Amino acid sequence: MPLQGNIRDFSTTQLLNLINLAGKTGTLTIFEGVKTGEKDAMQQDKMAPGRERAKVAFRAGKLVFASMDTHDGNLASVLNKAGKLTDEQVRIIRERAARTTDKALALLLINAGYVSQNDIVNSIQQHTLDVVYNLMTWNQGPFRFEDNVLPGSDRILVPIDLENVIIEGARRIREAEKLVEHLPNLDFALRFPDNPKEKFKGIHLSVEEWRVVSFVNPKNSIRQIAKANNMSEMEIRRIVYGLEQAGLVELVKPPGMAAPQTGIRRPPARTTPVQKSVVDKLIDKLKSM
Amino acid sequence: MQTVKMVITGPFSSGKTEFIRSISEIEVVSTEREITTEAERRQKDVTTVAMDFGRITVDDDLVLYLFGTPGQRRFDFMWEILAEGMLGFVVMVDSAKPETFREAKSILETFRAYAPTPYVVAANKQDHPDAWSAEDLRIALRIEDGVKLLPCVAKDKESVKNVLLELLYSILEEMES
Repeated sequence: MPLQGNIRDFSTTQLLNLINLAGKTGTLTIFEGVKTGEKDAMQQDKMAPGRERAKVAFRAGKLVFASMDTHDGNLASVLNKAGKLTDEQVRIIRERAARTTDKALALLLINAGYVSQNDIVNSIQQHTLDVVYNLMTWNQGPFRFEDNVLPGSDRILVPIDLENVIIEGARRIREAEKLVEHLPNLDFALRFPDNPKEKFKGIHLSVEEWRVVSFVNPKNSIRQIAKANNMSEMEIRRIVYGLEQAGLVELVKPPGMAAPQTGIRRPPARTTPVQKSVVDKLIDKLKSM
Repeated sequence: MQTVKMVITGPFSSGKTEFIRSISEIEVVSTEREITTEAERRQKDVTTVAMDFGRITVDDDLVLYLFGTPGQRRFDFMWEILAEGMLGFVVMVDSAKPETFREAKSILETFRAYAPTPYVVAANKQDHPDAWSAEDLRIALRIEDGVKLLPCVAKDKESVKNVLLELLYSILEEMES
């Protein structure tokens, strides 16, 4: 009989503690909650397991594998995310080695000199931690822990001590709470400030920050930007907070906020054809400068 | 408010930042920084990209953004995001560095594939003693006759204005054709 419940009642951190202390081997699956229409004893909506959102595996109390619906966990993607393989290399791998297992692919890549064994271990470890830290901030969703179930033998399992994961995860939860407090409403939009100050010259942006910046437009809500970039609410909150603190963006209430918006508006979009009069105006402006 | 975008692209060190800095009304947000330590190099390789953007406000209703593309080829997946919705683009070429011409041509072809928007090629660093002339560059880069290849000195505002104006004229011509 698997252990099951809802992380609303028994948090991911508590589950990790339990698995660590008991030295358990098995797989924890977290699902999207589907309302059953019934209420529990606390008068909260009862949730049935829906679509699978995340999977985390443990061996003898150690974290060994994690995957999430938004984070493709195959080796090629993990190495790509870690900057060890280019998009082009990943594309070729998917075309030519679609049926190759992660272990076989790892061996191929090491033998071909593309990556080292350390690269692979570190990249998988980082991917696993990213997934687990992310799901530690979730506060809703049915879960099921199945004893002695592990991912297929084709997967590369990298053991990670849970103690440090739990401590770091708890720190991130506190950070997440602060971020929610700072930015409670993701329906706000972003815009560039009028005068970015001198002190922000030479600032470094991460890939994710850059992606958010490219969508900055008073017509794009933060929620839409997150969706377009496949980011969780926490990821987008952290990035927006950083950009806002650096003075690179400002929060604005988008026009027609009450009305539901459809689709993301890309920055300076070609979707709205530029009129000839706009080009004339640009020419006049440049001539006058 | 309507915003329109032009992309300034080209190989690493071709003068994109300088170009935007010369014409932008705001301090260009630039992420280029010298890499001094191995640790920083590792950090940059993993997470950091270079990105510049500048702005020209036409009036209360119209703003032009100038986006400089990241120089590192490994971040070229971002180019497509940048290219989306652009009015046109400028390909910067360092006229004094023939070893970068092939890369410039490759970038030009990549952007042409992203969007069928007008573009011009700026033969930058024409004030350099070793600079190739615009006409020599046209031959070296195999640029078709119909495409504008303009001499440019990115640190000179008038020169930058000229390149952008020529691009706008090309955009107008396309609209009218």
